[in-house]
Amino acid sequence: MTKPISNSVAINRRDVLKALMLAPLAGSLLASSGCAPSATSRAVSWTSLPKNYSYARTDAEKQRDAELFAETFFREHELLTLAVLCDIILPSNHENGGALAAGLPDFVEFMAKDRAQYKRPLRDGIGWLDSYALQNFGARFIDIEEQQQLAICDEIAYPDVQEDALQPGIAFFTLMRNMTLTGYYTTELGFRDLGYQGNTPNIWDGVPEAVLARHGKSYDAEWLAKCVDQTRRDITAEWDDEMNLIT
Amino acid sequence: MAEQEYDIIIVGSGAGGGMATYQLANAGLKVALVEAGGYYDPAADENRTQLRNPWESPRRGASTRRRPFGDYNACIGGWDLDGEPYTQKGDTEFMWWRGRMLGGRTNHWGRISLRFGPLDFKRKDVDGLGDNWPIGYEDVKPYYDKVDKLIGVFGSNEGLYNDPDGFFLPAPKPRLHELFYIDGARKLNVPVYPARKSMLTKRINDERGVCYYCGQCSRACSIHADFSSSTALIYPALKGGQVDLYTNSMVREVTTDESGRATGVSYINKEDKKEYQLKGRIVILAASACSSARILLNSQSDHHENGLGNSSGHVGRYLHDSTGASRAAFLPELMDRDIYNEDGVGGMHVYTPWWLENSTLDFPRGYHLEIGGGMGMPSYGFGFAANQYNDYLGERVGGYGNGLRDDIRRFYGARLSIACRGESVPQFDNYCELDPEVVDEWGIPVLRFNYQWTDYEIDQAKHMQESMEALLEASGGILLGEKPGANRKYGLAKPGEIIHEVGTTRMGLDPKTSVTNQFGQLHDASNVFVVDAGTFVSQADKNPTWTILALSWRASDYIIEQMKQQNI
Repeated sequence: MTKPISNSVAINRRDVLKALMLAPLAGSLLASSGCAPSATSRAVSWTSLPKNYSYARTDAEKQRDAELFAETFFREHELLTLAVLCDIILPSNHENGGALAAGLPDFVEFMAKDRAQYKRPLRDGIGWLDSYALQNFGARFIDIEEQQQLAICDEIAYPDVQEDALQPGIAFFTLMRNMTLTGYYTTELGFRDLGYQGNTPNIWDGVPEAVLARHGKSYDAEWLAKCVDQTRRDITAEWDDEMNLIT
Repeated sequence: MAEQEYDIIIVGSGAGGGMATYQLANAGLKVALVEAGGYYDPAADENRTQLRNPWESPRRGASTRRRPFGDYNACIGGWDLDGEPYTQKGDTEFMWWRGRMLGGRTNHWGRISLRFGPLDFKRKDVDGLGDNWPIGYEDVKPYYDKVDKLIGVFGSNEGLYNDPDGFFLPAPKPRLHELFYIDGARKLNVPVYPARKSMLTKRINDERGVCYYCGQCSRACSIHADFSSSTALIYPALKGGQVDLYTNSMVREVTTDESGRATGVSYINKEDKKEYQLKGRIVILAASACSSARILLNSQSDHHENGLGNSSGHVGRYLHDSTGASRAAFLPELMDRDIYNEDGVGGMHVYTPWWLENSTLDFPRGYHLEIGGGMGMPSYGFGFAANQYNDYLGERVGGYGNGLRDDIRRFYGARLSIACRGESVPQFDNYCELDPEVVDEWGIPVLRFNYQWTDYEIDQAKHMQESMEALLEASGGILLGEKPGANRKYGLAKPGEIIHEVGTTRMGLDPKTSVTNQFGQLHDASNVFVVDAGTFVSQADKNPTWTILALSWRASDYIIEQMKQQNI
């Protein structure tokens, strides 16, 4: 048994749910929220990601994904450690939700299974973090005070630090920051946080005027003459013998 | 299975096979189209990856062995196919991409559609290297014209001698980072023009849709607004009732009679694993340059001891791919930019064709520049090294917390990149051959590659790097990463990596040094043709698809004519 977790570390489930309610989203991503399996005393929780996907897969791909979902790689303690780290990297106290609302621990676990080269660095990184926490604060990472966790993160969150002893921790934290940001910004929460506007049918008719003006750019007339007149896009193309478009 | 004798058997349904199917079936001939992969139509929702959000994939669009260009890429195929190995000779690192689906690699290509120019067919006359084609631009021009009109390609007429004008649809307006590139290029007197790509910015017929600018051509277009062989050629041909389509059918060899004439093909039905035969008056290989060479090499008989069409020993020889190198820059001017939908068509809206004279340079042949950047859709990898550009601003890289959100937004879309695609010099000693020991899962001998770049390509890559640095900096960019040096061949892509492999069954006048005549007809068997890029004598610094289409149409016209005259 791990020892009880201090309140400062435990992520309050109510806060997570609050973040979810602030993000009233349709779709499967947030359709269910669940707890991590908990034989320990952890209260940390995150949005569960779906295990069923349907998008133009070959049979071989479907089979492999089913195998990945059937596999459990991280031990519970490891998953909880990842959850705490993700939450430090992108905290829940934000109107667009944080890493836990975006289901990051599930995502990291899936990617570790999908890209086996992540397995060792993640597992070894968690091991390094725990032994560093034990060495300095007498307990594993998730079992120390929040300020102590943050003190460790301050030491390993910047790649310009040269201390040899910290290099494994720095490499691990960099990996976790990458995974957390990529896992977050590829969800609806991340799209909203970024203000992403694309991935929808539209009629592209150039950079908005105000944006051009802001950057001191403009379209010159000669170039524009070669461009599509979107009011005529549905008129079937015809050319004269001199290769001129006449419709 | 096949008592019937077809007029035509076509092996492979990519650009060359699709065009031959369309032309020959429309001419009233009975066609068997044999494809190693399955049926595929991007309009079917079960095949749709277009317009999906990243969270609809558990790996958020990350690549896998089976989807090397990402989880949403339309390609069923890749570098590493289950049960279909290939091998390397010595320290060769050839990369071979194969599509296994109706339409082949046209389902997910970049749609960059460049005509070869007059110089591209006569490179030996220009620099004394390699060989001339037996045909010139004037022979192919009428077919390029017809391909433009049938399939649709946007671009602009610029009157450039070696980048000829065409029947273009109007171009999409440049994106913001492309305007930065245009200004940078002009400062250096480097020309820049609208790109030339086969996406429908305007209606061309009632069957295909008009582009709605999702920027996802690589996912295959569900409204058929970009060119793929299946959507633009094969479906219309199937409607005519003259085509029998055999999918999941892996051709082993072309069968021949005692006189050496082709009688049809034998293939493995991948569903029941059994071997079948098709009989046909004419066999057309369009399985891609290396796959067609493999089929020929595997078609051995008393009459064709070294493989069909290989009395010259040239099948597989002169294999060559485009050269490639790339570089990226951080565009500080675009930090904290306004966010709007900038997807446009898939890939670049502007490009730079080859603009220099080789007589003043220390390498032969040229390259063109493809421009990248902008506010792409986040997918796996987005946010990696989130604030690495802080380095250039005197701020610290790394950290954690909500401040990272500001970093993400500040640097989103503040990037400009260039990819170069150039022409290599074909070499007799770069080749594919049958591996004497290795077979695929159906027992068919596989290809073994032998390929080394020469100093021509390496020196060209060095020049690419210098050009890209100058252009990116002139555009306001701060160069990212290290400039690759001689020890990395200046960033030169591995052979095959650009997926423009050509030359393995090259055309020519002399049967001793070429495999086919100018119509792709084997010198050694008059009723066998090759209509993929295997017949290319040289690749040009252009993407091969438009030339494959034009030459396949030209070969089809010749076949119809020769059949009328009862010559074949």
